[in-house]
Amino acid sequence: MKVIELKSLSKIYNPDTIPVRAINDVSLSVEEGEFTAIVGPSGCGKTTLLNMIGGLDARSEGSVEVGGVSIQDMSESQLTTFRMQHIGFVFQAYNLIPVLTAKENIEFIMVLQNMDAKTMQERSDDLLDRMGIKDQRDRRPSELSGGQQQRVAVARALASRPKFVLADEPTANLDSGSTEALLDIMAKLNEEENITFIFSTHDQRVIDRAKRVITLEDGVIVSDEHR
Amino acid sequence: MILYIKLAWRNVWRSKKRTWITASSIAFSVFFACLMQSSQLGSYDNMIDNSARFFTGHLGIHQVDFWEDQIIDNSFDQQELIQLDLSNSDILIGVPRLSSFALASYGDKTKGAALFGVSLPLEAEFSYLKRKLIEGDYNNKGGVLMAEGLAANLNLRVGDTLVLMGQGYHGVNAAGKYPVSGILKFPIPTLNQGAIYLPLETLQEFLSAPNMISSYSILLKDSQDTELMRSHMETILKDKELGLMTWQEMLPDLVSSIELDYYGGWVILIILYVVIGFGIFGTFLMMIKERTYELGILNAIGMNKYRIQAMVAIEIFLLIFLGVLMGLLMATPIILYFWSNPILLSGDAALAMEKFGYEPIIPFALNFKIFYNQGISIFVIALFLAIYPMLAIKQLKIIKALNE
Ligand SMILES: Nc1ncnc2c1ncn2[C@@H]1O[C@H](COP(=O)(O)OP(=O)(O)OP(=O)(O)O)[C@@H](O)[C@H]1O
Ligand SMILES: [Mg+2]
Repeated sequence: MKVIELKSLSKIYNPDTIPVRAINDVSLSVEEGEFTAIVGPSGCGKTTLLNMIGGLDARSEGSVEVGGVSIQDMSESQLTTFRMQHIGFVFQAYNLIPVLTAKENIEFIMVLQNMDAKTMQERSDDLLDRMGIKDQRDRRPSELSGGQQQRVAVARALASRPKFVLADEPTANLDSGSTEALLDIMAKLNEEENITFIFSTHDQRVIDRAKRVITLEDGVIVSDEHR
Repeated sequence: MILYIKLAWRNVWRSKKRTWITASSIAFSVFFACLMQSSQLGSYDNMIDNSARFFTGHLGIHQVDFWEDQIIDNSFDQQELIQLDLSNSDILIGVPRLSSFALASYGDKTKGAALFGVSLPLEAEFSYLKRKLIEGDYNNKGGVLMAEGLAANLNLRVGDTLVLMGQGYHGVNAAGKYPVSGILKFPIPTLNQGAIYLPLETLQEFLSAPNMISSYSILLKDSQDTELMRSHMETILKDKELGLMTWQEMLPDLVSSIELDYYGGWVILIILYVVIGFGIFGTFLMMIKERTYELGILNAIGMNKYRIQAMVAIEIFLLIFLGVLMGLLMATPIILYFWSNPILLSGDAALAMEKFGYEPIIPFALNFKIFYNQGISIFVIALFLAIYPMLAIKQLKIIKALNE
């Protein structure tokens, strides 16, 4: 099943002054259960592409379909609700709400989704367990290591049972040990529960773990390799 | 909802120092404003009470021409009132008064004096006249009570005999000799330098005006109820040649100086609030600016902007509420204290107050309106200032926020 379908997608920054074609005529589809890396040199358009897929930024040309639903014509608040229901996000750093504990951060989206307390409790306990951060459940982000924070962020992204998880350089701020640990968890979730991950990275060790590698250069896909 | 409150509460305490500084500045302004208004309203009450008790009453009934031309010929027969039923649960007490002028002599000295014919027992309750007695006997039949300053000017003491000369009803000559049975001391200089109190019948006899009075003064339970009482009284008085006046009509200068002072006070408070408002605004500004990235994340992961606004609105409310509460908690015991123990002025300040005819005290009013006024004012200001953070959230751009 296709979870993402991009057709002739382009993003032009500053169209009125000095136009920058950050993404240029990209067509791409992503199937459920993929473990896909978007790679390429700095400035090639990885973040821009992920932002458009996640409905965080508007496209200039072309179309974006998520789970068969075209998202480009949605209003801002429809889009926000759509993200809450269908897309999991992990950012590079400082993903978490500083005043909430690890567990509360994970439950946050489920509260927004009006999930009942019992289901929420079970799910957050389960996620904490699987991420190996059960002992840190009552700590605030400032009391967690970078790797632990990113694991909480992945747990939060999964809490809402999204169609896929978008992660823009999730390991950029981590040391190699934490990077390994995070990737192990992501790969395991992908393998055992068929959770779709699309992440961007610079890191060769991360690229090596991906099952599909899409390489961008100057906003254009130059290679798309399934392994 | 619980999540919002939890989030908001923790966010408020994220920068403890800033929260305390902001809340304290709000608390200070509420505190200051409450104390100021309490002393203002307290002194208005006191001035109104003083003037009403000594001079006009809250309501005064006169012969229709009296107020324009306050002469003995414009007095009226008190029998006219006795036939009427003036009783009403809002009325505390009423007193008949007759006033006139005369020359007062003792030995080789002569001074002009204001004569007040009153019912001494009633006046003891109405104007607390008995409390002004510093020497002699209050209820001595046939005697008169003299103001201390006047007695000193005439070199006259209790037991001496005073000679009064003047014009009586319809131009007859009036003259009489009266023993001085007591000395009264008034804080108000005009009274202290010229007042002579006589039993009503004594003055009526002196002026050849039996049964005549110049006014029937009424004290209400609440000085502000005059308009309400007017309609009640006017139906009772409708067939008489008598007019009813409220203290506001009889004391227009007092009314306007109270208004001037009250609005002047508000001007000071508004300046204070503007200054405090800038501080609050700075805090609101920081609440958004330093958290733009975080708010961007919240929006990105699916928290709708109206929910973010609600969260920040609760933070703002908690912050303001804390400040107002602290201010009210600080102000209440102090107002309560000064309400039961008015500040007694001394020295130059006291003299200045007395010169204007007021008792040299700063009384405090205990009025819910004061607390309510300040609380509401701060909330209105905060509501107004909260427009900025609400708009800033509305205009938040996720991509820009995430790049912070
Ligand atoms: N808001 C913007 N306005 C103008 N140009 C922009 C804006 N954001 C990005 N760009 C440009 O678009 C291009 C793609 O940027 P993008 O951030 O997507 O690259 P990236 O592949 O994520 O780079 P990195 O690996 O450094 O994160 C770059 O040339 C960048 O300068
Ligand atoms: Mg990037």
